[in-house]
Amino acid sequence: MKARLNIAVTGLNAIDSPGPGVPVIRCLREAASFECRITGLSYETLEPGIYMHELVDKTYQIPYPSAGTEALYERLAYIQSREQLDLVIPNFDAELFSFILLEKRLLEMGIHSFLPTREQFEARHKFNLADFGETHGLLVPESKTLFHAGELIEAEETFDFPFVVKGKFYDAGIAYNREQALTYFNKISGKWGLPIIIQKYIKGTEFNVAGLGDGKGNRIAAVPMRKQYITDKGKAWGGIVVEDERLLDLTDRFIGETKWRGAFELELMQGEDQELYIMEINPRIPAWIYLTAGVGQNIPEALTRLAMGESVKPFPTYTGGKMFIRYSWDMIVDHSEFQEISIRGEL
Amino acid sequence: MKIKSNIAISDSGLLFNPGSGESYSVNPTGAEIIRMIRENKTDHEIRDYFLAHYQTDTSTFEKDFHDFVQLLKQQLILDLSDESTT
Amino acid sequence: MSTSDGIEKKRYERPVIRKLEGGVPGKFGARAAMTPLTHIDGLSVSGLIEQFGSPLFVISERSIRSTFRKAQAAFTTRYPRVQFAWSYKTNYLDAVCKIYHQEGSWAEVVSGFEYEKALRNGVPGKKIIFNGPDKTMDDLSLAIRNDSLIHIDHLDELYMLGGLAENLGIRPKVAIRVNMDTGVYPMWDRFGFNYENGQAWDALNKIMRSGKLELVGLHTHIGTFMLSPSAYAMAAYKLADLAIGLQQRYNHTVKYIDMGGGFASRNTLKGSYLPGQDVNPGFDDFAEAITSTLLNASFVNNELPLLILETGRALVDEAGYLLGTVIANKRTSQGKRTTIIDIGVNLLFTAFWYDHKISPAQSFTEYTEETTLYGPLCMNIDVIRDSANLPLLNKGDHLVIHHTGAYNLTQWMQFITLRPKVVLIDQEGKPHVIRDNEHMETLTGLEHTPAHLTSFEL
Repeated sequence: MKARLNIAVTGLNAIDSPGPGVPVIRCLREAASFECRITGLSYETLEPGIYMHELVDKTYQIPYPSAGTEALYERLAYIQSREQLDLVIPNFDAELFSFILLEKRLLEMGIHSFLPTREQFEARHKFNLADFGETHGLLVPESKTLFHAGELIEAEETFDFPFVVKGKFYDAGIAYNREQALTYFNKISGKWGLPIIIQKYIKGTEFNVAGLGDGKGNRIAAVPMRKQYITDKGKAWGGIVVEDERLLDLTDRFIGETKWRGAFELELMQGEDQELYIMEINPRIPAWIYLTAGVGQNIPEALTRLAMGESVKPFPTYTGGKMFIRYSWDMIVDHSEFQEISIRGEL
Repeated sequence: MKIKSNIAISDSGLLFNPGSGESYSVNPTGAEIIRMIRENKTDHEIRDYFLAHYQTDTSTFEKDFHDFVQLLKQQLILDLSDESTT
Repeated sequence: MSTSDGIEKKRYERPVIRKLEGGVPGKFGARAAMTPLTHIDGLSVSGLIEQFGSPLFVISERSIRSTFRKAQAAFTTRYPRVQFAWSYKTNYLDAVCKIYHQEGSWAEVVSGFEYEKALRNGVPGKKIIFNGPDKTMDDLSLAIRNDSLIHIDHLDELYMLGGLAENLGIRPKVAIRVNMDTGVYPMWDRFGFNYENGQAWDALNKIMRSGKLELVGLHTHIGTFMLSPSAYAMAAYKLADLAIGLQQRYNHTVKYIDMGGGFASRNTLKGSYLPGQDVNPGFDDFAEAITSTLLNASFVNNELPLLILETGRALVDEAGYLLGTVIANKRTSQGKRTTIIDIGVNLLFTAFWYDHKISPAQSFTEYTEETTLYGPLCMNIDVIRDSANLPLLNKGDHLVIHHTGAYNLTQWMQFITLRPKVVLIDQEGKPHVIRDNEHMETLTGLEHTPAHLTSFEL
């Protein structure tokens, strides 16, 4: 008989800039090696996944990361007393830190997880990316961290226009001249604070790799994809699997060097010099993860098995010639359900 | 003062206004006041009830009651067309 | 309280109604984030206020000692020779200083006033570290005669010390303060001598060649509320490099390396998304960065210098509570809830840069309101929290502001009213007034009215 696992999943915001929760759940539902009950964890009351009862068995609201790990821990302890969870898969950047901090304590109450270490999580931060590249011999675009606007002028000596002006957490703009650079500097630092990162602008083709490392330096899964259609929010609305050994080699080097533990997404740019640059490393499952299940590498399933302590063999191949096209549809929901999650925090 | 007739309030303190589509959460004290307004109790009756059953004093309650009624008006939960009669 | 017919009256909570919006998280978790703090070290908050007044600063001796021991353990388990020196400017109430001295801390002072306070407290002169840019001739003479450790901030001081040494016929024990680039912003380069541009070596050469001063240590203090342990590793590396250079150039071994302070406490900086409690590094992180750098440095004969730490904020912040009372509830013209409390920014100076954690001191329900907390001063900048999701507080309710032990009791201002009492709760849970509230005479006693201004008619 197949094992039956109770798996908690966050990121149920399947909206136009979607969280990965719903696609992760679809992968888990299709897992060949186990059956599952899905417990949704939501922050807001209008996350569509809450109302998708064919995918999510029960949803609980959890406190925002800004409330602190103790608040999250207490809420999860309550949920655990009702649900007997086996595993949690957090899917938001902003919450990962809290789950990493709580990993051991959650395991003590029986909730497994399979996350990057705190060091891995911090090393790949945007403002640490240049050091990260240097330490691990990985190619990242040249960048510089600035603490005051005056440094922009010095930076012009090493960076040709256009270059990218990036915020500490979010926001970026491509500056074609000094005035634009200064405008972005002021705008972004006003919103997200200092420092500001300026980065060499690399023109080229963007590739993404969704992958899974076992924490010992082995690649368990990796599926490279090229975005075909991008929304005005920069999200892929369609993408195609690509078969390029160089992308897998780079992924192997990344995993081997960092001994990455857990799922990740590499955002890569192939420049006009044909070199592959790592633009960003997301320490979590991407929203297009269902494609990986569609081509024979069900990453959420493999991650679940790793988390439960099974040994998992690397996927040898994936199916080529497949693409994903995202769509959205409107559900009809009774208002009482919205009331229920709003007032009781459970549905 | 009248609560609009189509407004529903649940045991758990959820108030739904189908006219605007807005939902509200009301604490037990607030729910009790809304119930009493609905029963056409006067301001004085409501005040006396609270003074008799809760650990509060006249000035605190009157201030809070006034503040709460203002919010109900702002959110169009109280029927304003009825204003002239109160 | 009961009614005339004997029915128990219910606890009153003001009525609230709150619109439910898609983006608004429910009360779940918000409840866990906020629990009432009814007692501090076994004493009830309302009892303390009844006995000593509101507002009231409360300091927990138990917390001071346990935090200190944690910090000490973090360093001594990693490095053989460690000495803490209590940073007087962080909190120089005698009772507080003496707890640290009982725990074995030396004194670190930055003015003649603090120096005398340390002496009065019974700290031997040679266990007082004298920092800061403003040391007068008299201050320095006293410090030299007491054999104190003088940390030189600038060349003018260095020359002044040379002159005094000659006059007094004593060789003062000195260190230089070094500033440096440790990769953090802003770089504190206004104190001491710069490492990168050679100022530090220039000062060291002057000291070594003159022979009038005894160079015993090297000192740095890289910033305040530092969130990056790696900056300390960099600073330790640079000081170790100077120490090794002195061995090679002059065959001179410094006795200690003083890493200063600046460790972040558990407070949450304004604008920080995650709470300080979760993200700010702890003593183990700072200790690991500093000690592993020193242990790996190539000191001649592997003679490790004494490691001195002057951390203040991270040791005392958590031990301090500020207790207060709700004065009134209001609404702004936009309908936003505001609550006025009797704690102003004149007492809670740190409200300017932290989102202090605030706990009501009595039980409450899960209903909350987004509230702006104003202090009682007749001044627009008197804001304790711009926006906090707080339970429904009534006039007269008490609340507790956490993590207020550092800097507030040295930087507080007497403004339009008199400052309150400070109470220490000892390890047995007994309260002691360690600073009285001010009286009219406390202030008017300092004033002098010229004779022609004594009378008037209105």
